Amino acid sequence: MLIYSQPLELTKLLAAVDSFLQGNLTPGWAVLVKGILVGILILVVYALIALALIYIERKVAAFFQARLGPNRLGKYGVIQSLADMIKILIKEIIHINKADKLLFFVAPLFVIVASVLAFGALPFGMNLHALDFNIGVFYLLAVSSLGIIGILLAGWSSNNKYSMIGAMRSGAQFISYELSAGFSLMTIVVLSGSMQFSEIIEGQRYCWNLFNGHLPAIIAFVIYLISGHAETNRGPFDLPEAESELTAGYHTEYSGLQFGFFYLSEYLNMFIVAAVATTVFLGGWMPVQINGWESFNQAMWYIPSWAWFFGKAGLMMFLSLWVRWSFPRLRIDLLLNLEWKYLLPINLVNLLVMVVVVLSGFTLTDLFPALFGK
Amino acid sequence: MTDSSFFLVVLLAGITLVAVGLGAALLISPRSVNFQKGEPYECGLPTHGTSWMQFRVGYYLYAILFLMFDVEIIFLYPWATIVRSLGITGLVSILMFIVILSLGLAYAWKKGVLEWKSTTSK
Repeated sequence: MLIYSQPLELTKLLAAVDSFLQGNLTPGWAVLVKGILVGILILVVYALIALALIYIERKVAAFFQARLGPNRLGKYGVIQSLADMIKILIKEIIHINKADKLLFFVAPLFVIVASVLAFGALPFGMNLHALDFNIGVFYLLAVSSLGIIGILLAGWSSNNKYSMIGAMRSGAQFISYELSAGFSLMTIVVLSGSMQFSEIIEGQRYCWNLFNGHLPAIIAFVIYLISGHAETNRGPFDLPEAESELTAGYHTEYSGLQFGFFYLSEYLNMFIVAAVATTVFLGGWMPVQINGWESFNQAMWYIPSWAWFFGKAGLMMFLSLWVRWSFPRLRIDLLLNLEWKYLLPINLVNLLVMVVVVLSGFTLTDLFPALFGK
Repeated sequence: MTDSSFFLVVLLAGITLVAVGLGAALLISPRSVNFQKGEPYECGLPTHGTSWMQFRVGYYLYAILFLMFDVEIIFLYPWATIVRSLGITGLVSILMFIVILSLGLAYAWKKGVLEWKSTTSK
């Protein structure tokens, strides 16, 4: 395999920082400084993505409804979400009389920590990942489902009926769709034979998993998108915070930055779902490559891997906004029926179909090894 | 540096975000004490009773069903990674496992757990 020239990759920069730290500090300090740098970088990227997403969501929502959206602060309103962040920081945090004080305080912590932990496992580009466990997909499912504990705590500790109903709906919805998300990702684990994100991406060098597994993979992709939207309480599945019936659902009683944390994690969870869909189904940060077309591959590598990743994830997020503004909200019983009576049985059968396809050699890479490499 | 120590880094980063954010907000945000302001936010009328009361059992039944399938997922993921090398034996053995668990879902379905019954009398 040829080594392509990759002018905009960050791998050289990372290696330079690493060797600088190793050369100038004792091993213990080097590890500590590296850890702190990684932690700061994660938080900065986390906050930047959230700010960008809030702005993009408001702007796209405005265009869907033939409005202008934020347009006062900065050119086209680009620093609107920064101003909102400052505003939310200087708002009063109201103490609720009848709330369970400790749990009320702990709830946003759970929600934020769960989304940061999931965020840390995402591969943003070549060698751009904080965590690369060999059980990556499984780890991601495990930590992202921690968030629901925070939501249930928030609803229960608020001692408010709207919060309680919102949290219960959210809990039922999240755990139900967690199953579908788990099964549809498992379908792809069967296909790629690994749970490690870097290996899953490497396996999609010449053929995305979505095409490699053709029919079962496409079904799994659609189911993953549906359950991802449902897990993040968005789109047509936003009934935990159905504003016309429950004011704001589980975070009705939260104010100031504590509300901001719920808001932040909601946007980040949306990004995480888009990023996982990208990584597992659409080739992740791997540029589009065709086996044997060396000059084409080189041209594709001139676009850095992180740009590919954010481009694909951005497309997935646009899809989620599109869905949100195109479908009416579901009713809670219809929502749970959709999961338990349709998606879950379909998923179980789909998993077995994928196993048959893989074992009988009907994947695209097995059928056309010359075209898609092996 | 191993992956598990980076896990600690990410965990601490998340806790730091909340701690620093809340600390800053508590420092710079205004505070005024008013009993009325701390009342539950419900339609403007004084709240009737507490919210910590009995809740419909439907949600609880979904949680039990979820537990059944979530444990199944834990067992299935290791199998999914090595199913290529297990071959047809792996497929047949896991087929039995999935069929037995699907019987559980079918039982719950038959029993009407998945129906959303109205609690108000008809």
